[in-house]
Amino acid sequence: MKRKHRRLLFVGLGMAALGIAAALILLAFDDNLVFFFSPTEMQAREFSPDQRLRIGGLVEEGSVVRDGDGLTVRFNITDTANVVAVTYSGVLPDLFDEGQGVVAEGHMLGGTFEAAEILAKHDENYMPREVADALKESGQWQGDEADK
Amino acid sequence: MIAEIGHFALILALALAVVQGTLPLIGAWRRNDSWMAVSRPTVAGQFVFVSLSLGCLMYAYVASDFSLANVAANSHSDKPLPYKFSGLWGNHEGSMLLWVWILALYGVAIAGLGGNLPPPLRARVLAIQGLVGVGFIVFLLATSNPFLRLDPAPLNGNGLNPLLQDPGLAFHPPLLYFGYVGLSVAFSFAVAALIEGKVDPAWARWVRPWSLLSWSALTAGIVLGSWWAYYELGWGGFWFWDPVENASFMPWLMATALLHSAIVAEKRDALKNWTVLLAILGFSLSLMGTFLVRSGMLTSVHSFAADPERGVFILGFLVVVIGGSLTLYAWRAPSLRSGGRFRPVSREGALVVNNLLLVTGCATVFIGTLYPLILDAISGDKVSVGPPFFESSFVWIMAPLFILTAAGPLLAWKRADLAGVMQRLALAFVAAAAAAILLVALRGGPWGAILGLTIAAWLIGGVAAEFIERLRLFRVPLGDSLRRALVLPRSAWGMSLAHAGVAILIAGTVGATNWQTERVQVMQVGESAEVAGYDFTLVSLGESQGPNYNILRGEFRVQQDGELIDTLHADKRKYWVQGMDTSEAAIRTSWIADIYVAIGDPAPAGGIAVRIYYNPLVPWIWIGALVMVLGGLVSFSDRRHRVGAPSRARRKIQAARPAENEA
Repeated sequence: MKRKHRRLLFVGLGMAALGIAAALILLAFDDNLVFFFSPTEMQAREFSPDQRLRIGGLVEEGSVVRDGDGLTVRFNITDTANVVAVTYSGVLPDLFDEGQGVVAEGHMLGGTFEAAEILAKHDENYMPREVADALKESGQWQGDEADK
Repeated sequence: MIAEIGHFALILALALAVVQGTLPLIGAWRRNDSWMAVSRPTVAGQFVFVSLSLGCLMYAYVASDFSLANVAANSHSDKPLPYKFSGLWGNHEGSMLLWVWILALYGVAIAGLGGNLPPPLRARVLAIQGLVGVGFIVFLLATSNPFLRLDPAPLNGNGLNPLLQDPGLAFHPPLLYFGYVGLSVAFSFAVAALIEGKVDPAWARWVRPWSLLSWSALTAGIVLGSWWAYYELGWGGFWFWDPVENASFMPWLMATALLHSAIVAEKRDALKNWTVLLAILGFSLSLMGTFLVRSGMLTSVHSFAADPERGVFILGFLVVVIGGSLTLYAWRAPSLRSGGRFRPVSREGALVVNNLLLVTGCATVFIGTLYPLILDAISGDKVSVGPPFFESSFVWIMAPLFILTAAGPLLAWKRADLAGVMQRLALAFVAAAAAAILLVALRGGPWGAILGLTIAAWLIGGVAAEFIERLRLFRVPLGDSLRRALVLPRSAWGMSLAHAGVAILIAGTVGATNWQTERVQVMQVGESAEVAGYDFTLVSLGESQGPNYNILRGEFRVQQDGELIDTLHADKRKYWVQGMDTSEAAIRTSWIADIYVAIGDPAPAGGIAVRIYYNPLVPWIWIGALVMVLGGLVSFSDRRHRVGAPSRARRKIQAARPAENEA
């Protein structure tokens, strides 16, 4: 096989690999992109119960209530301008706490957000960046304390 | 005073790095031997001063000198001693200093072991290392200085993030950094080769062992992090496709590709351009990974904006290193002539496909990881890309790779006989078919899991077939086979081990993702729950104290068919300084499956939330990764990698090796 042919073959293979990858990526994006909203952004929108989404903000102080079964937790996520009520059934992450940043992933069902997953910050410095931005947008970002 | 010495030593190291990065480069260009010779003493000096600097910071941590801002922010006098050490690299500034130290260490290794490198090549390689060092030390001094003082000094520190107070995570960053920085060696060799316009097999013989070493360290580091997440986060998972994880996974994929293409460059004098490109991309991704994670750009764009100086520096540095080296590549690569020719069906061809798949896989991870950042920058929409994305894209690109991995080592160089290879893969076909039939009969599904485990069995079968072939097992007397095993080059052993490790790892991952059984419920003391045929009884809940935390401990009795299997203790720690909780899951492993118990919060009506998991095949993930690392190290120890090893010994090994089966 001539050098030119060989090169062509490998370029072709490479293009095929990239093409398949691009197709896979687009397909995967189609199903698996989860959009993020702050409580304020949620006010203006309607969500179908099938749409998986993420909301984030701070866990409102004094809003965490545990049901008698010990597993169901209700709390509010706030960006200090607006509030979304959340229910979650399961064990909360270690770093979940009132007044702390949180991201919930799940579905909007009749005015309540049913979370399938709760992500709390990973360490004392970490504010989920969506949360930080949401707080900034509502004008409540207090700065750099959380950053250092 | 000690801190000032450390600071000053770092400045001296910078001065030496500047010399190391310039004079030898000019010397190599002007063929001036004495200028080229400058590189070795400067490398040694840089190492001494960076070590001194690191030593000073370490002293400040161990002595709890809270007048240093960095120590005050990340340590506490109550912290156990080992974690005072690891606190050093548990934060941005300290970890950057560790990075620079490892870079200097690699520099010394090249200077010390590279006695037989052509002097201009050695001078250039060390100069590039020096320039990378300059970038990092300037970054440290200008934006991330760990030696800044606090006035007045606080009485005590903020403490280390409790999640990091853990043996697994204490060693995770240094190992990862050994891997990241190890790729700088391949990078420096690549850039030096581009400047010289010459890539020969001797060059590749140098790049290969360094890539192997850094690949092994990277593998170990990533798995250590994954293992930590498994037992510490209490979620029973081991890989979350989190951006921070992906940041270390991308250089690993590139290093894996580099490892394989360097073989072709060494043995066949082909794919040289490509190998150089991979070396550049591998190090670029590891730079990006370091910065993205440590600057908080991925987890939080905010800290990026809060310290514009740091962000701008990082961007600038990435642009200079990646842009500069790629420009150099575009300019010089066409002049690198490729040597050996080969047919599409050949060992070389198989390695090309390996590289294509690995790089494509890396590209999907790259897009999935950075897409949210890019979309946010363009449209302001915030999205997250979760595990389902990677499972439906990356995994499908890797599946054919694993299938081909069984065949690749059986293919001959230059041109291979496909029918013959298929014949020799009989064992793999048998293993795969047996696994598939067995799994369908026993488990019945899901089909993705069966496919995954079938591929794992196929790969193990292929590795075994190749090994048997190599030893001529069952075809020559057993004694001859054993003799063959003894003289088999270590790189061949290493390859078989690493590929077998991959198969075990695939099996573990597939089993864990598909067959995990989970149960979450509130348990009162005395209550029992049944998961996967095991009965778990909460025997007691007790409180006690650790060195700097309170412990809430649940004791569980595990029974199967009324027989006591084990007693497990799942802890929840509350750290005094931060007021943070961490979980310490109780895990009992049978080496085929794990029983996993973690406790959550106490319920208002008494009792405690409990998560119980039955995780089939999870231990295989750790075993597989360990075998892979072992394979990498065994291969690294191959004497053929040491350029200038006694030629007599080299001839002997070559004579003993069947020609068409070279590793």
